[in-house]
Amino acid sequence: MIAPAKPELVTVNIDGREVAVPKGTNVIEAARQAGVDVPHFCYHSKLSVVGNCRMCLVEMGLPTVDPATKAPVMDPATGKQKINWIPRPQIGCATNATPGLHIRTQTPQVKDCREGVMEFLLINHPLDCPICDQAGECKLQEQSTGYGRGYSRFIEQKNVKPKRTLLGPRVMLDDERCILCSRCIRFSNEIAKDDVLGFIDRGSYSTLACYPGKKLENNYSLNTVDICPVGALTSTDFRFKMRVWFLKQTNSLDTESSVGANTVVWSREGAIYRITPRQNDGVNDTWMADSGRELYKQVAAADRLAAAKVSGADSTLDAAITAAGDLFKSSAGAVAVVGSGRSSVEEQFLTRKLATVLQAPVSLVSRVGKGDGILVSADRNPNVRGALVTGLINALPAPKLTDLAVAIDAGKVRTVVAVGEDLAAAGLTAAQLAKIAIVYLGTHANTTSAAARIVLPSLTVFEKNGTLVNQQFRLQKFQQAVPAAIGTTDDLVILSRLVAAAGGPTLPVDLTALWKVLAAEVSALGPMSFASLPETGLLLDATPWAALPFIEGESLHYQPSSAKATEGRPA
Amino acid sequence: MPAPAQRRIIFQHIDEPGYTNDLACYRKHGGYEVMKRAFARPPAELVDEVKKSGLRGRGGAGFPCGVKWTLLDKKSGKPVYLVVNADESEPGTFKDRYIMHQDPHQLIEGSMITCFANNVKQAYIYIRGEFPHGARILEKAIAEARAANLVGPNILGTNYSCEMYVHRGAGAYICGEETGLIESLEGKRPYPRIKPPYFPAVLGLYQCPTIVNNVETLCHVKHIADIGGEAFAKIGTPNNTGTRILCVSGHVQRPGYYEFEVGKITLGQLLNEVCGGPLPGRTFKAVIPGGSSAKVLKFGERFKGKRKVGAELVDYDWGVEDVPMDFDCLGMIGTMGGSGGVIVMDDSVSMVEALANINAFYAHESCGQCTPCREGSLWMKKISSRMVHGAARPEDGALLKSVADQIAGRTICAFGEACAWPTQSYVTKFGEEFSAYAATKSAAKPAGATELV
Repeated sequence: MIAPAKPELVTVNIDGREVAVPKGTNVIEAARQAGVDVPHFCYHSKLSVVGNCRMCLVEMGLPTVDPATKAPVMDPATGKQKINWIPRPQIGCATNATPGLHIRTQTPQVKDCREGVMEFLLINHPLDCPICDQAGECKLQEQSTGYGRGYSRFIEQKNVKPKRTLLGPRVMLDDERCILCSRCIRFSNEIAKDDVLGFIDRGSYSTLACYPGKKLENNYSLNTVDICPVGALTSTDFRFKMRVWFLKQTNSLDTESSVGANTVVWSREGAIYRITPRQNDGVNDTWMADSGRELYKQVAAADRLAAAKVSGADSTLDAAITAAGDLFKSSAGAVAVVGSGRSSVEEQFLTRKLATVLQAPVSLVSRVGKGDGILVSADRNPNVRGALVTGLINALPAPKLTDLAVAIDAGKVRTVVAVGEDLAAAGLTAAQLAKIAIVYLGTHANTTSAAARIVLPSLTVFEKNGTLVNQQFRLQKFQQAVPAAIGTTDDLVILSRLVAAAGGPTLPVDLTALWKVLAAEVSALGPMSFASLPETGLLLDATPWAALPFIEGESLHYQPSSAKATEGRPA
Repeated sequence: MPAPAQRRIIFQHIDEPGYTNDLACYRKHGGYEVMKRAFARPPAELVDEVKKSGLRGRGGAGFPCGVKWTLLDKKSGKPVYLVVNADESEPGTFKDRYIMHQDPHQLIEGSMITCFANNVKQAYIYIRGEFPHGARILEKAIAEARAANLVGPNILGTNYSCEMYVHRGAGAYICGEETGLIESLEGKRPYPRIKPPYFPAVLGLYQCPTIVNNVETLCHVKHIADIGGEAFAKIGTPNNTGTRILCVSGHVQRPGYYEFEVGKITLGQLLNEVCGGPLPGRTFKAVIPGGSSAKVLKFGERFKGKRKVGAELVDYDWGVEDVPMDFDCLGMIGTMGGSGGVIVMDDSVSMVEALANINAFYAHESCGQCTPCREGSLWMKKISSRMVHGAARPEDGALLKSVADQIAGRTICAFGEACAWPTQSYVTKFGEEFSAYAATKSAAKPAGATELV
């Protein structure tokens, strides 16, 4: 575990209470730390400040000093230093905390400012909440309830703007709902580095649009939907599917690469409706890639494995495990294990146990893509570092199972336990697959599951609990969002029963008990437990693996150390 | 008291028979001699002269020019830019256009002296898109000056080089706001920047320290360099030094340009004596003293209070006619000197209709960046045009005022005040016209009233 650095603090006074906040914190964040809500629309903690919504207007003042002597001027009434209040309200988002800054958020003037801004934002807004997808998570709704007047004085015609503009394949725009906060424009510009959005026309007729000939189609476009404070930008995938207040939120992780973006899975009655990013300032801030949001579709995919099989026939799990035990006995000394960089830390630990009992060599398959420098890294396995930490492997995996192929050809390996990996995709030929008996543990049908002697259907990341170690060696947990699909079994149960069937010890399958074993046997995980792991994860000490040539390039909050980076990249 | 005579400094030669806007004519009248002398002096001395002169910006806000220059962040090591604000868009103001059309070299000379004083190597003249003729004149004048080694590399054989370019706007009022102008000059939408942190003197054009000065202000700089700061400070009244060009338009006998020492002439002298008074058979009703965004003055209202004259406080009790035309006095009575555009309205004008016109302008020109101005300006326009063209309600005046109150002081730039002040002042001062407008509309119009467009 690595402790974070301590920031320098300044003390500000918010509504009469003194709060110490890190230097450079703006007034909105400082108030948040003091438990005071300063409403805002355009301000976003991860984007540049523009100050255009004017919702965060508050009163500010600084302690008075005598201009000549620089001595503090005291107020005889209170006995405290007199505060020189700025007569005009100031925006909180663009003002940073300075020592002694006084802020008032509850005065009549501030109330009037908020009511004014709310009224202005609503006069040309369609007020179509009953048919709006944002309802329930709409800042305009919430703040109009919290800070608006509750009635309208507007009797004129509202402005008419385009209603259904497809900005890109995944994002739909309703211009009438747009409050012109420019968050989406700033996001595209500053985070996605894809400058495609802008305003056209002026004044109240200003309209959000893509630049001519451009589309909002980068792999981060759906973040604009997340940060849109109103229902102007909606996801074409999620739109009109479900009211958000019916959805259960479960913390999870994006498993598409080793970045390990933190996510929230939104589900109802066993079905997942969408995935959104969850704030983790050390990993993904408040963003995630569009590609990671579609992963939930694998849960209910048509090719999902739904029954255990022995030699092609449906079987019970018990029978399949017994058959696997027989297979291990008959091919003792000629078993190999193919683990996975997509398994959780706990599963990798049990895979290692299985390999130890079977005295089997272990290989892993690497998956390499192009890193986008933001939140999708070159290593498309989410947990290769977990395999290193648990001791499943000692070196980085290769994309092809070359050694295993040689061993099969030489007749040294007659049985292969494949944990979630398609052996054909990893370079084994059909002839090689035909020569061996395969115990396949996985979620979806593929060449390997078709060729396998024993098929053990397991769970997707959305149906189970566990931990992953991302590229920063940050141990993070994901939690079960939906119940397991019919006919599937938790990977931990399957692995633990395989260990027992191979003649090994009985290992716990619930995470609390398993983590006791993990903590005792894996030194890097020494003082931790699953329950105590914070939602934003913990950094592990990466020094034992510092010399390995990891393939990830630079991305958000991740900087490969230069030596490693140059060694690790293919020339 | 008879009105004082005009004192033409900037308009010294303008309108003289035979005076043309080319370099030869300008030089014949002593042009660029001041610059030649100024370039022989240390730049800091010139900045001091301008500070001593007490010159206040003629663009609208009346900010002391010398102070503006000393706020420049010279320690950053970044280049300093001069941007000449020639985006004269305030309704009722037309002085800068006249200077540029009639005497462009005066502006160039003043700008080059400013550049030299502040070590500026690059100057831009941002001229509004609606002034194509002015832009052509300036282009030609700069080319002439460049050919004569008055602009460009090694000016007049010195080590000092400074380039000057004309940039044409695309037709937006907000480009006259200095930070909006800078954004526009950078090629973006002219959204004014938030201050802090983007003060032009520190983070201006291309995030470098930048001076943004009005055309008339820069012309004054030439005369300050000529006669010296102290001599200049003796013109006009204390704290309101120099001369001002007043652009009078509307219902007077002789509208036009008049250059007076600041504060030496009262509004009444200007309108009644200099401009010849109201049109035959009419009486003055209202006047806007500093461009359409300034608060309106109602003839007949009185202003009482104390003001500083020298070191002592003196009581004043003025009617509209008695107000001296300077920044401080106009500020004291709740309006402003602004850009010097005096708009006069006589008894034929319906204030509701006048406001509808002004509101339509500001709603059209709001940039749309921040909420109160974007939504409020259009709402006010919708209310006032409904009053004029549809059904007027007695409560509309109060609603207009309340909307305006929600704008002023809460926006990113001063446009919020510019669009709110007219409404606030019209409704406050002519409230009965607003509540009675429905009846007024059905009654017969006074003879000679202008038709609504």
